[in-house]
Amino acid sequence: MTSKTLFDKIWDAHVVKEVEGGPNVLYIDRHFIHEVTSPVAFLGLKNRGLKVFRPDQTTATPDHNVPTINQHIAVKDELSRTQLEMLKANCTEHGIVHHDLGSEGHGVVHIIGPEMGLTQPGMTIVCGDSHTSTHGAFGAIAFGIGTSEVEMVLASQCIMQPKPKKMKITVNGKLAEGVTAKDIALYIISKISTSGGTGHFIEYTGSAIKSLSMEGRMTLCNLSIECGARGGMIAPDETTFEYVKGRKYAPKGAEWDKAVEKWRELKSDDDAVFDTELTFDAADIEPMITYGTNPGMGMGITQTIPTTDGMVGSDKTSFEKSLQYMGYNAGEAIKGKPVDYVFLGSCTNGRIEDFRAFTNFVKGKKKAPNVTVWLVPGSKQVEKQIKEEGLVEILEEAGFKLRQPGCSACLAMNDDKIPSGKYSVSTSNRNFEGRQGPGARTLLASPLTAAAAAITGVISDPRELK
Amino acid sequence: MAYDKFSTITSPAVPLTIENVDTDQIIPARFLKAIERKGFGDNLFRDWRFEKDGSEKAGFPLNDKKYSGKILVAGKNFGSGSSREHAAWAIYDYGFRVVVSSFFADIFKGNALNNGLLPVVVTPQFLQKIFAAIEKDPATTFEVNLEKQTFTINQTGETTNFEINPYKKHCLQNGLDDIDYLVEMQNEIEAFEAAK
Ligand code: SF4
Repeated sequence: MTSKTLFDKIWDAHVVKEVEGGPNVLYIDRHFIHEVTSPVAFLGLKNRGLKVFRPDQTTATPDHNVPTINQHIAVKDELSRTQLEMLKANCTEHGIVHHDLGSEGHGVVHIIGPEMGLTQPGMTIVCGDSHTSTHGAFGAIAFGIGTSEVEMVLASQCIMQPKPKKMKITVNGKLAEGVTAKDIALYIISKISTSGGTGHFIEYTGSAIKSLSMEGRMTLCNLSIECGARGGMIAPDETTFEYVKGRKYAPKGAEWDKAVEKWRELKSDDDAVFDTELTFDAADIEPMITYGTNPGMGMGITQTIPTTDGMVGSDKTSFEKSLQYMGYNAGEAIKGKPVDYVFLGSCTNGRIEDFRAFTNFVKGKKKAPNVTVWLVPGSKQVEKQIKEEGLVEILEEAGFKLRQPGCSACLAMNDDKIPSGKYSVSTSNRNFEGRQGPGARTLLASPLTAAAAAITGVISDPRELK
Repeated sequence: MAYDKFSTITSPAVPLTIENVDTDQIIPARFLKAIERKGFGDNLFRDWRFEKDGSEKAGFPLNDKKYSGKILVAGKNFGSGSSREHAAWAIYDYGFRVVVSSFFADIFKGNALNNGLLPVVVTPQFLQKIFAAIEKDPATTFEVNLEKQTFTINQTGETTNFEINPYKKHCLQNGLDDIDYLVEMQNEIEAFEAAK
């Protein structure tokens, strides 16, 4: 038998059929849907006179459009409200579990899946949202799909996919203090660019990766898509099993033991071959921040914005256009630059660990008066935990208020928009032009770097503010 | 979703030399609130095309009357970012049937093919030749021959081959989609589930 990667093992076990000269018909174990990319898919089903094939393998929650304050009153924006109502109506009609706004299970789709134990090792998981790669942290094949594919999954529990190439990224060594999973991800993307992973599915490994918590692993896998990869994954281990155990949809009793036994097999064979292999040293990574308009334009916080020396043609034009949008100059330091907004949240950094890190950092300090800070838990469960662990009091003492769960300022589809020209240090995943609102200027960073900015009111190195 | 059958297209092209055009630029998130698949073309490249008051921004190629046609030629790494299929719908709805670049983001490429929009990958050198041909004469035409998998600059006669998966080619040529195929496979899918 030829040796296989973790990816091969899971993928091959889910191929229903290989279409000649075409893609694989891939069976999907778990499907998540939200209000934005599902209505047209349901409409497609209706036009074809089809029913949802396996309603119990799909789970729904509205997240992109929801307001993050006053969720108990009706959503003001009419188009958003229509999408929320459509999601509910479609789920009711087809018998799909729907965690509605305000309910205990509500939250950003990539946060609630793992939280409920719906995300498990060895699964194939898809959602009409590119950050579905988050779920790969559990040793699952998880990736974002388009609306046509959402319709395919609803209609047949399968999608048509060519098998991607495989990439192995090893990060060895120990992370320095103040450096988080987010920094690893931004570091990798800054090294390999936003297209470095295109065509590939990544497996992350190495001692620095293995030492990450599940929350950290989710942050890292979440950002796989930002280097162009379809997704990222990490072989499941004790940390994974510990996290999944006891969750609502996790296997129980004898089933659990059987499952764990199977999950232990989920790793790449020692001599498995990858199409591309990269290795990084954790010791080289410092807190990262982006200065441009794609996630690959990132650097260590103590560094200076690159100059255009050596850049030619369209590379140079794109780079200059990007800096112009940001209002920055090539060659200048980023530390000390003004900040108007800070956003903690999103499926990248909206989990309990992120709130613990932020709270811990601001404890006993005071929020800078010039900064507007939005702290948005990724889910109702995260919100509940923040309250139960007494973090709210510490945050309030330091001058911060908590909002309600949703995608919030990660993308400008709900009320939380960054005004034009303003600078926002955000723990989310994209710094594209206008991503956080028309004209908004986004700097991606970790929860610690965000906390440092919230306290000082300027871009700051979290390590200097202990 | 049914789309037009794809045969040979001969048309001038619209040049978009910018690189790394992401899906947020193709169709900003605030336009994703529709529950039908209509009217996205009006908001294609919204923030690059229009001022805040809705007037056209001068200088953007889509607003430049000298450019027209069913082919969009874009700088490398086109379509990065979100998985929103709306990006492909917007381009198709606007009237494009082909997007040419030296590099496409994966999800965008898949979404395009699922919606009757043909992504054509050419070498960076050939891409520059196309841009040069348009610059020389904006009315110059190009031929996209799906059957032969060739892209030709009619002005110079230079031709390049492009790749496409045979299954997807068949679907595009016949206006078929994957859902028809999958629904017909139900028995096989059930057998797979039973054996799992
Ligand atoms: S938090 Fe942002 S990236 Fe995550 S699902 Fe919501 S909009 Fe998408």
